[in-house]
Amino acid sequence: MTRNPATSFQEMILALHDFWSRQGCLILQPYDMRMGAGTFHTATTLRALGPEPWNAAFVQPCRRPTDGRYGENPNRLQHYYQYQVILKPSPPDIQDLYLRSLEVIGIDPLKHDIRFVEDDWESPTLGAWGLGWEVWCDGMEVTQFTYFQQMGGFDCKPVAGELTYGLERLAMYIQGVDNVYDLAFNDRGVTYGDVYLENERQMSKWNFEVADTAALFELFARAEAECRNALAADVPIAAYEQAVEASHVFNLLQARGVISVQERASYMGRVRDLARSSCEAYAAKMTPQWQQACPGWTL
Amino acid sequence: MSDFLLELRSEEIPARMQAVARTELARLFRREMDAAGITVAEPLVYSGPRRLALIARDLPDRTEAVREEAKGPPEGAPDSALDGFCRKNGVTREQLELREVKGRATWFAVSERPGRETRDVLGAAIPNIIRDFSWPKSMRWGAASISTESIRWVRPLSGLVALLGEEIVPCTVADIVAGAATVGHRFHHPGPITIGGAHDYVEKLRACQVIVDHEERALLIREGARSVAAQAGLQLVEDDGLVTENAGLTEWPTPLLGFFDETFLDVPAEVIQLTARVNQKYFVCEDAGGKLASAFICTANIEAADGGAAIVDGNRRVLAARLADARFFWEQDRRKTLAQHAEGLARITFHEKLGTLADKVERVAKLAEWLASEGIVPRCDPALARQAAELCKADLVTEMVGEFPELQGVMGGYYARAEGLPDAVADAIRDHYKPVGQGDEVPTAPVTVAVSLADKLDTLGRFFAADLLPTGSKDPFALRRAALALLALVTTGRLRVSYRRLLEEAGAAATYDALGPFLIDRLKVQQREAGVRHDLIDAVFACEKEDGGNEDDLVRLLARVNALQSYIETPDGQNLLAAYKRAANILKKEGWSAPSGKGEALNTQGIARTGEEDPLALVDDPDLGPALRAAARERRANRLSYTPEPDEDALIDALDAAEPKAEAAVAAEDFEGAMQALASLRAPIDRFFDNVTVNDPDQDKRAARLDLLARFRDAVAKVADFSRIEG
Repeated sequence: MTRNPATSFQEMILALHDFWSRQGCLILQPYDMRMGAGTFHTATTLRALGPEPWNAAFVQPCRRPTDGRYGENPNRLQHYYQYQVILKPSPPDIQDLYLRSLEVIGIDPLKHDIRFVEDDWESPTLGAWGLGWEVWCDGMEVTQFTYFQQMGGFDCKPVAGELTYGLERLAMYIQGVDNVYDLAFNDRGVTYGDVYLENERQMSKWNFEVADTAALFELFARAEAECRNALAADVPIAAYEQAVEASHVFNLLQARGVISVQERASYMGRVRDLARSSCEAYAAKMTPQWQQACPGWTL
Repeated sequence: MSDFLLELRSEEIPARMQAVARTELARLFRREMDAAGITVAEPLVYSGPRRLALIARDLPDRTEAVREEAKGPPEGAPDSALDGFCRKNGVTREQLELREVKGRATWFAVSERPGRETRDVLGAAIPNIIRDFSWPKSMRWGAASISTESIRWVRPLSGLVALLGEEIVPCTVADIVAGAATVGHRFHHPGPITIGGAHDYVEKLRACQVIVDHEERALLIREGARSVAAQAGLQLVEDDGLVTENAGLTEWPTPLLGFFDETFLDVPAEVIQLTARVNQKYFVCEDAGGKLASAFICTANIEAADGGAAIVDGNRRVLAARLADARFFWEQDRRKTLAQHAEGLARITFHEKLGTLADKVERVAKLAEWLASEGIVPRCDPALARQAAELCKADLVTEMVGEFPELQGVMGGYYARAEGLPDAVADAIRDHYKPVGQGDEVPTAPVTVAVSLADKLDTLGRFFAADLLPTGSKDPFALRRAALALLALVTTGRLRVSYRRLLEEAGAAATYDALGPFLIDRLKVQQREAGVRHDLIDAVFACEKEDGGNEDDLVRLLARVNALQSYIETPDGQNLLAAYKRAANILKKEGWSAPSGKGEALNTQGIARTGEEDPLALVDDPDLGPALRAAARERRANRLSYTPEPDEDALIDALDAAEPKAEAAVAAEDFEGAMQALASLRAPIDRFFDNVTVNDPDQDKRAARLDLLARFRDAVAKVADFSRIEG
């Protein structure tokens, strides 16, 4: 089977799936919740905890309400895709694997200038940080490359390597297109704009102008309460989902401009509490199982 | 003798950490060699994105055997003392030797450290260097990181080359076995390369598209960028920081020039330059007329087969998207006036104890207007000062400054001009953060000076009033910098005002005692570069003013310090200082402070007759100064009970002449004149010391002469507190 990833958005994704599948990764599906980044997928956050090996790749749709531009900006979207690869423990040849994946989608490192530029990653919401780079291709950031050092406030033992490809950017680059809506989605004439332009218009309007803020505040409060409820019942994965929900609702409230600077910090603190408590509860619940699989391991 | 080569290979090291890493590598290597007793010259250290390398020349093949003896307790000492001694020297009790020392049997520990192969010393040193290496941030990685005890490095460590001469230094660090093989350029030469030794390391790597020496890469970038600019008929805008950063990001730097759409040149030049520099690490160019050109220079890390055409095109597109964003901000921000933007400042907290930025702006506006209307900043229109101050922080809420915080002020200036505000206002908005640190341009335009000074004054006064002071190395609110800026504005503009008055107006009068010495300390720092002595600043600052406070007119203070310094550094000045110290010492030794027969109140306070108190401490007590002087004046009116010696008489005459002169000169701020008046005392005081016996058996004579010395000391002290002058 030969693919030509330069021809379309979907061929590029399939080429990445092929490649990472051959490297032994599970090819997972997107998490079925609205979230700001692929890192929120439980396959990344929760699986970064614990000693067991974990290798997975998946596409995750990301929602950034404040980045909406009503379909009028060639680069900015309130809904876009990330391609995530998580490799635990980080293999010694992870950089080479990554560079081979670029070649697979048509980026020749002897023709294009590939660079690893310092960019450390930190998510106070998740109690997580890592060191790594943004990867540049001819000056464009195409991937975030991170070695997770902590997650949910716990040391990663072992460390996982996380690769996050910005799919639209990469595709625009490979296809030589200056406007995201002009991207070929498939090789039969359907563009990214055909699929998403109307969504961007309507969702930008909803995010910025329409969404019922009273209902959103209520949703936030409910997610917070439900997270506590799930924690009390010792079902931390369910609790984590509610933390993700609260985080997204908070982003919507931000887009509606109804959270003042002073309140902002307090809301972020509440989301952080939920996410951290969920990660902690998950780690605590899983530790006996992890210790059985890996005697002598401690949290 | 052999040369040693060490290469520590890793995944990409952040560019900004490489300079410190070189120092650290050299330091740790020297530490290890010192500990092993190997003398080495300063090693050569190279850095790049994927490797740190060290070359040390002429290491001996073996370390010398060392015999060490340590003297211990005498025979018969308690067991515990003996055990401790053995432990300390790493010997057993059986190994101790007993020797005679001054007729007493004493235990000695003798240890022989045999010479070691340098190769073995290095093999042991390398893991120590890696373990103790201090990075600003380090990480764990890989399967070994299942334990938090696993090795840490800035990014995963991937290989080690360690060669002494041509021999591999055997050593293993975290599963990495040192060898002779390295790798070349990541893309041009990914396979292994065998290094022969320190002699061929640099050249072998060069052949594989790696320039090991960071300085050579920096030179290639600088000259390459100049040359591609010149080929396009342009001039590179030099940027050393960018050169170093690009040298830290590349192993085979290749500067390439591209062009962006000329229509972007509508956007302010600073914005374009910053977009190119900060986001993309590109250089920019100017045309022959010094105007920003629509060109950029990126530094690629490969020599592409197409000559870099695809790379330039890719970079051009990225820059175009960035510039489109910038242009969007530039257009968006101008849809509102600065006054409208300024309304947003009410939503930004300046500091939780100090209100919002809008509150601060209102205070600054009031102060700036006052500085102008009081004439403290001369030739300044109070209305313009207020207007500029009210708008000076408005750009903080614009999109552009949100994106590029470095452009605060600059953007406000552009926006002010775009909406047709007076140039003086636009300039003041643009420049009111200046001066930022020593060496930065100090504003002189009156409106700018008023706004900038008001801003610093408010910051200092409010933070001091809220007791948020800098401590040690911590200065989170940059108060030291604010103080330096304030001093620079006052001294450069020669603004005549006491800082007491400034603080009162800033609503921070209560901070006078804390802020005064703080400013004086900063003044010493500021003046150090100009070669002004800190002890002279102290000497003048301590000099009491008519109103009893310290000298707090900074311009006058500096004028006085400068006059003092030019005088004190002449032989004349040195002699006068010596005479002053001699007089003060005699007075101190004699416990002579109060004029004889007068000032009983002082005597009852215990003038150092017991030798326990410090008499000078008492004399220097500012409360006593006026009393002493009054008493001295009165006594001077009384006739001496004896005929003074000629040199005594001469000194009295000289003082009679010099005192009013010096006093008048100080009052007229003619400090050179005051120094000249003091200088007239130099010859008489020297002759007095040479020819007159102070400690005369006749108590009247002794008292009168001590009084005369006290008078001399006080006359000098009115010009400056000479006791604080060093040397």
